[in-house]
Amino acid sequence: MPGGHRAAHSTVTETPVITTTGLTKVYQSRDREVTALDGVDLHVREGEVYGVIGRSGAGKSSLIRCVNLLERPTSGTVTVAGQDLTALAGRGRRAGKELREARSRIGMVFQHFNLLASRTVRRNVELPLEILGVTGRERSRKALELLDLVGLADKADSYPGQLSGGQKQRVGIARALAGDPKVLLSDEATSALDPETTRSILQLLRDLNQQLGLTVLLITHEMDVVKTVCDSAALMRGGRVVESGTVGELLATPGSELAHELFPVGGTASAPDRTVVDVTFHGEAAARPVISQLSRTYNIDISILGAAMDTVGGRQIGRMRIELPGRFEENVVPIGFLREQGLQAELVDGADAGPGPATTPAPLTKEVAK
Amino acid sequence: MTWSEMQPLLTQGTVDTLYMVLWSALVTVLVGLPLGVLLVLTDKGGLLQNTPVNKVVGVIVNIGRSLPFIILLIALIPFTTWVVGTFIGPTAMIVPLAVGAIPFFARLVETAVREVDHGLVEAVQSMGGSITTIVRKVLLPQALPSLVSGITTTVIVLIGYSAMAGAVGGEGLGSKAVTYGFQRFDNRFMLITVALLIVIVTLVQLIGDLAVRLLARRGRTA
Repeated sequence: MPGGHRAAHSTVTETPVITTTGLTKVYQSRDREVTALDGVDLHVREGEVYGVIGRSGAGKSSLIRCVNLLERPTSGTVTVAGQDLTALAGRGRRAGKELREARSRIGMVFQHFNLLASRTVRRNVELPLEILGVTGRERSRKALELLDLVGLADKADSYPGQLSGGQKQRVGIARALAGDPKVLLSDEATSALDPETTRSILQLLRDLNQQLGLTVLLITHEMDVVKTVCDSAALMRGGRVVESGTVGELLATPGSELAHELFPVGGTASAPDRTVVDVTFHGEAAARPVISQLSRTYNIDISILGAAMDTVGGRQIGRMRIELPGRFEENVVPIGFLREQGLQAELVDGADAGPGPATTPAPLTKEVAK
Repeated sequence: MTWSEMQPLLTQGTVDTLYMVLWSALVTVLVGLPLGVLLVLTDKGGLLQNTPVNKVVGVIVNIGRSLPFIILLIALIPFTTWVVGTFIGPTAMIVPLAVGAIPFFARLVETAVREVDHGLVEAVQSMGGSITTIVRKVLLPQALPSLVSGITTTVIVLIGYSAMAGAVGGEGLGSKAVTYGFQRFDNRFMLITVALLIVIVTLVQLIGDLAVRLLARRGRTA
């Protein structure tokens, strides 16, 4: 893996921590079946922050609930930290002792925090410790230590009702860490928060990921969340994982929807006989003056239709939509030059010029492309 | 009747009423609470989903609730005699009172427990909590204000039932009102017993409301 910024994430190893294979979940309603998960294979490596993104109804929520078996998958297996949870679950609806023990080693945070209103902040964090059978004084000590870790030591004796949303989520995170988990599941943890609070919670997750080597699997519908904290991401649609990989891999994949969503660049061709190309650069290529080299080498005028530069998962990445004079056939060489420079250059079909005799593709193809 | 004649009757009546109501309320809570929780747990989608158990308990509760109390009181005479040894007197009355109030209270418990946010249950499940833990640490504590207000309502219903029980061999204010007020046409005595019952009910309601308010204040608002 190239990229200087990645050095901070040296904790990511190739050891798989969460693996799902062929995970399927079918809900039986009165007269029909709803397939929420349709053969999902997920591989989350130790020490990474893995984001699953998708619209509501895509199956994200079912997926994360299947990981700690809050939902029983209809078929397929879930392995967390080398333990096959689906085998532990057995047949009954009730979670047996072994599954409950395994769950206590997987932390989970929720969109609506799910704190007990009748307990103080400290007692909320103590709840998982009570379940683990930790005795009074030790429980209290550990709870305060965790609250300190999330920056809420001074709120220990407040009630959740007296806290802001961001503070509540911090308590939720402290509570999730009580069992010293290796894995943290985050179910839309920032979706009920304002943008600024979202950033601070994501930063906290990132810090915990690096300080404790915590593996984080999060689901979200916000691309910004993936952009800010994720090492890897998967896109879900209709119960399937459509794309997945490290952010770097995704950005290097031609036609990747996730890459496109992470980096939306707009702009359409100014005239019929132009070629529109999306150029993605990351790593060291981002620092080189490639566009001006291209212009000088081939003596062509390049217009920039749209561009975005950003940091994704701690790595500088840029995307640019440029327009070259002439049709594609005339620009094969310059595009080849871009690719030789280690950039990813994709021809944009949809941005082709408007209707006219000059446009070659058949109308039907264009409809499909859109 | 003069006031000095009435006073011992009223005192005795009040003591008997409170005795019957408080003991039957205790039995009602001890039996009705688990029953109500069981109704939620065994329901469809519940943690212990068990349709046969849920249906059977539900039907029994509904029968209990639809029987007029006065009928239940008479129908239970053999059972009461079997449990207490007699069907007359305040102690014997505890049995029909509790049997009459249990289904009512169980439904109140069911409603209160059902209102607890499922997310909290899920959170405790994700920590590895067992069903017992969920009931003890989430469902009951979270439902506590509603449960207390349910107990208040049940106690008030029991006060009403206990007055009725007075007609069938019970003791207490109801029985005194029937014997001395109604049968001897002493309207003054009747009015005083009614007033006394109103005072007792009001006090119970006030205490219950106060308890609910204290419980609800714990961080729930603000």
